[in-house]
Amino acid sequence: MTPALSLTDQPRLRRGVRAGADPLSGETVLLFPEGVLLLNETAAAVIRHCDGCRSVAEVVQEVGTVYRDVVPEDVMSLLWELITQNLLVVDRG
Amino acid sequence: MDRPLGLLAELTYKCPLHCPYCSNPVAAPETAELALHEWCRVLEEARGLGVLQVHFTGGEPLARPDLTPLVAHARDLGFYVNLVTSGVGLDQRRASQLVRAGLDHVQLSMQDTDRRAADEITGAHVFDHKMAAARAVKALELPLTINVVLHRGNIDRIGPIADLAATLGADRLELAHTQYYGWGLLNRSALLPTRDQVVAAEQALAQARAVHGDTLEILYVLADYYEPYPKPCMHGWGQRHIIIAPDGRALPCPAAAQIVGLGFDNVRERSLSAIWCHSPAFTRFRGDAWMPEPCRSCPRKGIDFGGCRCQAFQFTGDAARTDPVCQLSPDHHLVEAALRAAGPLHQALRPRVNPR
Repeated sequence: MTPALSLTDQPRLRRGVRAGADPLSGETVLLFPEGVLLLNETAAAVIRHCDGCRSVAEVVQEVGTVYRDVVPEDVMSLLWELITQNLLVVDRG
Repeated sequence: MDRPLGLLAELTYKCPLHCPYCSNPVAAPETAELALHEWCRVLEEARGLGVLQVHFTGGEPLARPDLTPLVAHARDLGFYVNLVTSGVGLDQRRASQLVRAGLDHVQLSMQDTDRRAADEITGAHVFDHKMAAARAVKALELPLTINVVLHRGNIDRIGPIADLAATLGADRLELAHTQYYGWGLLNRSALLPTRDQVVAAEQALAQARAVHGDTLEILYVLADYYEPYPKPCMHGWGQRHIIIAPDGRALPCPAAAQIVGLGFDNVRERSLSAIWCHSPAFTRFRGDAWMPEPCRSCPRKGIDFGGCRCQAFQFTGDAARTDPVCQLSPDHHLVEAALRAAGPLHQALRPRVNPR
């Protein structure tokens, strides 16, 4: 298990996980082997930024610029939750 | 009623393997398989219902020469596309075609860690084909899950099986105890592990997870006959999944066709939407109004949904009873009797006979 999430880590979707669109609502869904996760708008924005190039600090900063009411702790806890669900992996920056 | 999330497309019951634990029906109907254009329409209707994932399975889906256009159509519609395969026929060329068509993920079955044991249980010389298929999938950087069905003959080798999966570069390993349906039910007394084996397997599983850590995710499907409570079968009847049998019958679970009197509709005759909403086969056990005691007043009814309807039918002849696996079921003695009836260690297995 990843010991902790560092601000310099670069998160990306794990191989086999991709974002798609829900045909009913048009919202973003995470698709992975034998599972799906419906994302709200801010979670979808966080995922869009997890490209393996941006650091956690950059994801937090850029999402916070667009969604002013999203605090860094929310982004960090979402990232951590997705890591523990094996949907997101991080490269150590 | 929620919308379905997954479509299991059983493209064919044909298979080059003869695994004695196969959950396909022992007497498969000989009705013609759905044609490509019919499958494409089913996929479109499923997308309209809100389905997000398609699992192409069988039998062996690679036995269908039109698998590649089917995968392409599914991916064009926006589905996450999974292929559940024995790997026989999945050479580099075919794998490349499927990847170009948009395949997202491969679940490859393996039986054991050595050629002799694997070829014996499958009744075919396929171990080398499977190893080659795994390498072809990895060469294309496609995510790979290796599926291993556990039974008394291989359950003592969980450590080496996990090592093999890791060596092949699998992302995930699914270790699933045999589910006793179809051929698996027919061979149950020869497949059932002992309680000691199940306990040892869970220790070996913990060790394998510690050894492989983040590099190999290991999923474990419990031996439900040995569990105190039943499995949450299909996450509830008619809640999340639609299974389409090769001949077009729409089922709430792959083993449901055996349940007498449910009234299965066929996608050749009725829209998928009408089937999902109104087909008696789907509505019969949806929700909890159908539940008898002890399920009806049980705090676990939202966790396991009363267990498996097919298992209730198989044990009692009545699909509306509590899954006898549950220790609270008045029929639980039937499961205990099945465990007692498990045969000697090297009992002969009846290999699956395949449709022509």
